[in-house]
Amino acid sequence: MKLSARDINENSTWQEMTLGGEIYEPATSKLVNTGAWRTNTPVLDVAKCRHCLMCVPYCPDSSLPVLYGRLVGVDYYHCKGCGICAEVCSFGAITMKEGGEV
Amino acid sequence: MKKQGLVEFRWHGRGGQGAKTACLLLADAAFAAGKYVQGFPEYGPERMGAPITAYNRISDTRCSVHCNIEEPDYVVVVDETLLESVDVTRGLQAEGAVIINTPKAPGEIRRKLRGWKGRVCTIDARKISEETLGKNFPNSPMLSAAVKVSGVLEEAQFMSDMEESFSHKFANKPQVVAGNMDALRRSWQEVQE
Amino acid sequence: MNYNDRLSGNEAIAFAMKQIDPDVMAAFPITPSTEIPQYFAQYVANGEVNTEYVPVESEHSSMSACIGAQAAGARAVTATSSAGLALMYEMMYVASSSRLPITLACVNRALTGPININNDHSDSMGIRDAGWIQIYAENNQEAYDNFLQAMPIGEHPDVRLPVMICQDGFITSHALENITLLDTESVKAFVGEYNPENYLLKKENPLAIGPYDLGCHYMEHKIQQAESMKFAKERILEVAAEFEKISGRKYGLFEEYQMEDAEVALVLIGSSAGTAKAAVEELREQGVKAGLIKIRVFRPFPAEEIAEALKNVKAVAIMDKAESFSAQGGPLFAEVRSALYDLESRPKAVGYVYGLGGRDITPQHFQGVYGRLLDIAKGGDLGPVYTHLGQRG
Repeated sequence: MKLSARDINENSTWQEMTLGGEIYEPATSKLVNTGAWRTNTPVLDVAKCRHCLMCVPYCPDSSLPVLYGRLVGVDYYHCKGCGICAEVCSFGAITMKEGGEV
Repeated sequence: MKKQGLVEFRWHGRGGQGAKTACLLLADAAFAAGKYVQGFPEYGPERMGAPITAYNRISDTRCSVHCNIEEPDYVVVVDETLLESVDVTRGLQAEGAVIINTPKAPGEIRRKLRGWKGRVCTIDARKISEETLGKNFPNSPMLSAAVKVSGVLEEAQFMSDMEESFSHKFANKPQVVAGNMDALRRSWQEVQE
Repeated sequence: MNYNDRLSGNEAIAFAMKQIDPDVMAAFPITPSTEIPQYFAQYVANGEVNTEYVPVESEHSSMSACIGAQAAGARAVTATSSAGLALMYEMMYVASSSRLPITLACVNRALTGPININNDHSDSMGIRDAGWIQIYAENNQEAYDNFLQAMPIGEHPDVRLPVMICQDGFITSHALENITLLDTESVKAFVGEYNPENYLLKKENPLAIGPYDLGCHYMEHKIQQAESMKFAKERILEVAAEFEKISGRKYGLFEEYQMEDAEVALVLIGSSAGTAKAAVEELREQGVKAGLIKIRVFRPFPAEEIAEALKNVKAVAIMDKAESFSAQGGPLFAEVRSALYDLESRPKAVGYVYGLGGRDITPQHFQGVYGRLLDIAKGGDLGPVYTHLGQRG
């Protein structure tokens, strides 16, 4: 059996599913737009950000991408808008905006 | 109704004295002689000094029965102080025998046996053990006495099988082999009836 | 090549593990299975096996370590009893639902309480619905033989289920008895290598296991397990046939003893079946048509086969070494009586719960049960269908 997780959905029969729900391909999180679950949206003010990166380990969804030691924005495809990043930011660089729209 | 060619033993001892080991050694010796064997303990509180019971079935065919032995042919008592608290001859077959570790003579110890009318054999396993092994390990002498009294195994083969078994068991301390063999031989000679 | 030896049931299992030389053993000691990890640790220390031995702090951890190891692509084994098995409970379901064919040597012991170290089947019966294959042994020989068959059964790509090899604590685990062993080369050839198609350490093929299932997937995964359990019956027989070729010893889903023309019969599990055989022999000598069925495989349960084997019997006693507090009999009774339901004409069936916490059972006890069955067979009153045996009062 060589089924891809991307081909398994709520209409798949038990014969069409991998044994034990094993997932044979990497990065299946790319398949699900959890950003659509967001009701509030974090907004990053780049001017205020000191790149201390305190927000990064607090983010429960790994939605704060870092490049060369600098926060480069928010991954809105996965961010669920929990607001923890805004809460822990010491510089007021992240604020929460009402609504899920970016 | 008893299976043909089946001899059953019950061992009484105290935790830590080696009654279970003696029982397993008897099974080993009988296995070496080509018999079908069972050797198994019945654990009580699993503590040093607590009374324990162990059993042997020695047979010409495989025994499927796996219960305790209520009506043994032979009873071996590794510690004579047990006679106060345990009815060791309970269920013992009338033509069987009880073999007791004691310096006393059979006639003297019989009165502690709650009316047992059959054979009583005694062996001073403690003395033999202390003289041959330098310590009180009564199981080798008790094993030898049990084999002789019951006649389940023939002497020469028993002695040579045990020598081989001890050499294997005490590969790291070969000096113990001779002492254990002395204990077996002396007990074979000294068991009284 | 077979050769004769004498080993206790625990020694036999440890020796089977040594011959198999699994990749990982993770275990926590508990009476009466302690000797298995003890002996095996000696093999590891002596360099006689290549196994990674993982000493853990609990049975929950030993099963967790086995799950991790098996998922990584290793062959993992463990051993436990009683409360140890109970502590594994949560992880037992993870192992089976993740389809990891771990092998567990279960040395059956009563569950607390009251605290008791002796044999009954309450531990493995308590976990009978966890999705593990369960195979029971009458003696050291069967424990050894069953353990050797566990991996070829569980690891088959269409089975992929963990296997529990059970034997009776103390009664067989600590009883030295004659045994016929296979040479290690034959064992290795028979058991083979563990080559799963996918595993965590396979770098060409990234794998995630144990995903969260929403309601829309969970039931389908359970049906997969159930379907594999159905197929396991066939695989168990295939493996038994292969095993017979190298050992000369024949195994099925259960053993039928003097059942050809039996009018009264027992159904039971484990070492007591051997004791009951002595009662059957004696009754046969008196001309009584007595027989017995000894369950070897309890999961998957061989319902149709048992119904077939019992269809001509007039009265049957189904004997459980575990209470289920259903107020109407033990788990084996429930399974067997249910299996009989589809027969056109059914034997009368009564259930007994016996041998709890090491309570001894003798051929005389079984004689008494056969006596009752003979009365029932002659048209006598069935009496209470759920009773106990061997207790005072």
